[in-house]
Amino acid sequence: MEQVDPAQQAARLGIGAYVARHIRDYGLLFALIAIMVFFQVVTGGTLLKPVNITNLFLQNSYIIIMALGMLLVIVGGHIDLSVGSVMGFIGALAAVMIVTLGLPVAVAIPVCLVVGMGIGAVQGYFVAYWRIPSFIVTLAGMLVFRGLSLWLLAGQSVGPFPKSFQALSTGFIPDLFGMDRPNLLAMAVGVVAVVALLWLGLRARARDARYGIEGEPFGLFLLRNAIVAAALLFVTWKLAWFRGLPNVLLSMVVLTVVYVFVTERTTLGRRVYAVGGNAKAAKLSGIRTERLTFLTFVNMGLLAALAGLVFAARLNTATPKAGFAVELDVIAAVFIGGASMSGGSGKIVGAVVGAFIMGVMNNGMSILGIGIDYQQVIKGLVLLAAVFFDVYNKNKDA
Amino acid sequence: MLLEMRNITKTFPGVKALDDVSLAVREGEIHAICGENGAGKSTLMKVLSGVYPAGSYQGEIVYDGARAEFRDIRDSEERGIIIIHQELALVPLLSIAENIFLGNERGRNGVIDWPETFRQTEGLLAKVGLRETPGARVESLGVGKQQLVEIAKALSKNVRLLILDEPTAALSEADSQALLDLLLGLKAQGVTSIIISHKLNEVRRVADTVTVIRDGATISTTDARGGTLTEDRIVRDMVGRDMAHRFPDRDRRAGDVVFELRNWNVRHPEQRDRRMIRDLSMQVRAGEVVGIAGLMGAGRTELAMSVFGRSYGRDITGEALIHGRPVDLSTVDRAIAAGLAYVTEDRKSLGLILDETIRRNVSLANLDAVATRGVIEEARETEVAETYRQSLRIRTPGVFQKVMNLSGGNQQKVVLAKWLFTEPEVLILDEPTRGIDVGAKYEIYNIINELSAAGKAVVMISSEMPELLGMCDRIHVMNEGCFVGELTAAEASQEAIMSLIVKE
Ligand SMILES: Nc1ncnc2c1ncn2[C@@H]1O[C@H](COP(=O)(O)OP(=O)(O)OP(=O)(O)O)[C@@H](O)[C@H]1O
Ligand SMILES: [Mg+2]
Repeated sequence: MEQVDPAQQAARLGIGAYVARHIRDYGLLFALIAIMVFFQVVTGGTLLKPVNITNLFLQNSYIIIMALGMLLVIVGGHIDLSVGSVMGFIGALAAVMIVTLGLPVAVAIPVCLVVGMGIGAVQGYFVAYWRIPSFIVTLAGMLVFRGLSLWLLAGQSVGPFPKSFQALSTGFIPDLFGMDRPNLLAMAVGVVAVVALLWLGLRARARDARYGIEGEPFGLFLLRNAIVAAALLFVTWKLAWFRGLPNVLLSMVVLTVVYVFVTERTTLGRRVYAVGGNAKAAKLSGIRTERLTFLTFVNMGLLAALAGLVFAARLNTATPKAGFAVELDVIAAVFIGGASMSGGSGKIVGAVVGAFIMGVMNNGMSILGIGIDYQQVIKGLVLLAAVFFDVYNKNKDA
Repeated sequence: MLLEMRNITKTFPGVKALDDVSLAVREGEIHAICGENGAGKSTLMKVLSGVYPAGSYQGEIVYDGARAEFRDIRDSEERGIIIIHQELALVPLLSIAENIFLGNERGRNGVIDWPETFRQTEGLLAKVGLRETPGARVESLGVGKQQLVEIAKALSKNVRLLILDEPTAALSEADSQALLDLLLGLKAQGVTSIIISHKLNEVRRVADTVTVIRDGATISTTDARGGTLTEDRIVRDMVGRDMAHRFPDRDRRAGDVVFELRNWNVRHPEQRDRRMIRDLSMQVRAGEVVGIAGLMGAGRTELAMSVFGRSYGRDITGEALIHGRPVDLSTVDRAIAAGLAYVTEDRKSLGLILDETIRRNVSLANLDAVATRGVIEEARETEVAETYRQSLRIRTPGVFQKVMNLSGGNQQKVVLAKWLFTEPEVLILDEPTRGIDVGAKYEIYNIINELSAAGKAVVMISSEMPELLGMCDRIHVMNEGCFVGELTAAEASQEAIMSLIVKE
């Protein structure tokens, strides 16, 4: 065995070969851009209008929020089919508490979040400590909570919500600079985000270089960051010309950053990957696998509850149909984002991009007036194509 | 010549696994391939059997007088080349008969002809000398018998060239002997075999020709008939220098008792009336290496796992003490905190996360040591992994390599690194050198000696008696869940151990 210096080899292979080897990561970004360009063209420019970009975030926030939790569940080697129903149930619970019983919003929201965690805890308990397959436990949960939301709402829609509750979703962050349009805060946030991303990226590169890890060729690093930066600035610029930063966008970004940190940098995140990668080996390494599995479900319950609140706030009513089949969109987003069905691998950023891909397709197809029938078919095919691409690349490597 | 592989070169990203290797195998012989871990033995056989298809390597293969370009395993199987991989590939829940004819079913139009299947299975089982009914589930068989099923499966496909990658690594002495006899029997019937093995005594027993590979290149091909080829000569070719001793010297000085078990009892996890460990007591002193000998099924692994966080069995009773103080070993993390480490015998399914990097595997059992308040410091983690990579001489381009891509022996070193990093007081090693080459074994023995010199207590479970004899200060002989005897280094010999086992 002769050892080849990886850095040297990378230089020899060049950018093309590097991309080919990391095709999954670049492919995802490329797919998102391609899909956006496609819909931008066929919708005659409607897709990227300020108001529609704002809408895109509002419409997809709940999927993204739940995709964060679902990624952890799937990385841990499980699945949660109940999230759509739980989301609907929590929306119904909020409506009953706030609209019917007249409880203050500040009380109802924490109660809803705690109930969500409780639901996750019960399901997680059966999965983790009784080793009942998560598919079965959460399938049961899906039916139970679908039924319970119908019962809670007595089959009716309940609404509207007070303004303070609606702000969860449809509110905008006021411009600190006191301007109306363009919203300077939005633009400032965009610039800060770009600088932060660049700085983090450069720092990671420096670290990789120190340990001799084969990094992205510098040209590619610049190109990728340029694209991401341009997209970020473009989006914030557009938002600035509508009503500024939606509240929900801010919560999404904060949540995403937190989950990226937890999954990539903390012992907790690392252990979840270990359990998904090989539960027996993880257990024999002193990791409390049951407790971790339990916690991933509690976390999922919490995020499903948050999604339920955001969704109800946006529609301004709770309906018995809310959250119907949403679990499928969430799971699809995670798999499009490159997570593996058998657990142990997958990234938060991938899941978020996967959710955006689903979101842009939903939105674009709705603008085009494509029927729900075709929409389902197309989404299904995109999911299959994404996973096929994964498997194909894995086989090619071996 | 039945087979000639000429100038084979195979590269993986960052690694040149084979560099211009040639191999020539005569019709009807048993050809052994020896080499250190990571030398490229398995890779060469995967090239031969089409696991790596033609075009993914350079060089040519001439088989049975014609140039062969296998696109996949089916291709090579059609020509009578059957490979039995390092890891067995049977379906545990299916019967022996179903496994043997999997993908090659007897019957017509997709309807299986069971009487025919069973009849043929019986014939094949008789050929390999396995006394089991064709309907027995594979999971109910021990590893030795499963290995025989694999060979029966190969025979069902009209094998001409049988390739066995470390077939005896997981077998007991008796099972290994049976398997080697079977190979000799097949040879008499005209089957050519290639066998990869780290057990040089076995190689000497059965091989007609021995090829040694080092660092991805052929070093020597020697005629082994007539018994002129010595083990020392093979070792010299493998490691590139003379190795005077197989076991490093250690200065044997036992201190105070570090680890003690009193009246340890364990029951079978499902069948509660079965007592797997019965009233067992033992002591290990600082600086001591204590061996546990016994046949497969004696309860050695069960003992170790039950001690290590109750990972095996139920209704466990008894007392465990470390440095004279009773310790709580009820969960794995408590056992680790108490200073215990257990290196499992089954590295692939219990020891490693194959899809993860070396770095992440090394830190796994002691993540908190590379983290501050729950946040992992990657620089520190990398340094730790790098240190072990160098001190254990794990052969790989870097610690960011996935463990999956390492050769078997190097994977074992990663498991060892993981447990050394927990800085244990008591290290329990379960078959620590299974599938490991002589050079790496020596390195691992050195590590064990360093630990014991530092006053740690080491317990070593092994099926290789020479290793127990060469390394241990005392050897417990175990049978059916009890210690049936204890031998000091001076008293111990293979015969003494065997006679204690069969005395029961
Ligand atoms: N898929 C792969 N990707 C990258 N490197 C690989 C891959 N497979 C094997 N290697 C590398 O090729 C070299 C040869 O590996 P191989 O498995 O052939 O060794 P071996 O001689 O069979 O060793 P052992 O005795 O430990 O089984 C090793 O350095 C290994 O790390
Ligand atoms: Mg091998």
